[in-house]
Amino acid sequence: MSFSSIRWFHFAAPQTFYGLAGSVWKWFAVLAAGLGLAGLWIGFAVAPTDFQQGDGYRIIFVHVPASWMSMVIYLAMAFWSVLGLTFNTRLSGMMTRALAPTGALFAFLSLWTGALWGKPMWGAWWVWDARLTSELILFFLYLGYLALTSAIDDDRRADRAGALIAIVGAINVPIIYFSVTWWNTLHQGASVSMTKAPSMAHTMLWGMLLMALAFWCYTLALVLYRVRTLILQREAHTDWVCALPEVQAKGEGA
Amino acid sequence: MRWESWAEFWAMGGYAVYVWGSVGATALMMVFEIVQAWLARRKLLTQLRAEQTLAEMSAEEWQA
Repeated sequence: MSFSSIRWFHFAAPQTFYGLAGSVWKWFAVLAAGLGLAGLWIGFAVAPTDFQQGDGYRIIFVHVPASWMSMVIYLAMAFWSVLGLTFNTRLSGMMTRALAPTGALFAFLSLWTGALWGKPMWGAWWVWDARLTSELILFFLYLGYLALTSAIDDDRRADRAGALIAIVGAINVPIIYFSVTWWNTLHQGASVSMTKAPSMAHTMLWGMLLMALAFWCYTLALVLYRVRTLILQREAHTDWVCALPEVQAKGEGA
Repeated sequence: MRWESWAEFWAMGGYAVYVWGSVGATALMMVFEIVQAWLARRKLLTQLRAEQTLAEMSAEEWQA
């Protein structure tokens, strides 16, 4: 099947996507749990103690995946926003809205776990360093998006206003990513890069990658679950929603 | 396996506060987010069902 022969707009219809997301989110939830357990086992039971940072380095197993997700989710929001503004598809706005809370959560966790790592290693909870400051700006962008979209009552208008924040703010993501090479910072450089061999022991790397995959699956499961609620909300009085078993008065849908 | 005992595991080589503060906050916020998403869906479904029952009742009254 070629790229163009897939009926993209068919799947972008809220009604179709509601069913699709309903069957897919559970699989991602199961994957997230499995990968998370494996990642925690490798990270906290198998991986050796670091020769410089002792066992304090184990914060990496939540810090790096959370930071990656905070950036990936913002890019995904920008992607859906471009689609929404270009094709005016209803689903785009809902996807962007469903992504934002999880992105904000990961941006916060990135800062929180970073502070808890910075204190024992650098002697400070916080420094105004390029990496930390740009991640803080990312967190504020998420909060700005959430505040703006919830302040506008008309959903489609809120989507369009939010799309602008998502697209303009996306410029911050490469700044965060490259901040450690562009400026002299206290923050260490990338642990994993596409051009160099990773600068860590194999078990540490595997633990981190498994946790990153688990966070990916967690995000996909939760966002697909949340977008279904948004679809129901916006399509509340349509025939197809009224006919759903979970909406039928005696239905017991989960 | 890297640890000799549970006590040693929980102590994290003296970094317990920092390591468990990170892992704990992450787990807590994820659980909170999951519960929040679940409650939001449940609340909406309850509301939609109530509206549907109301609509059916008024339709029956209309016919009678």
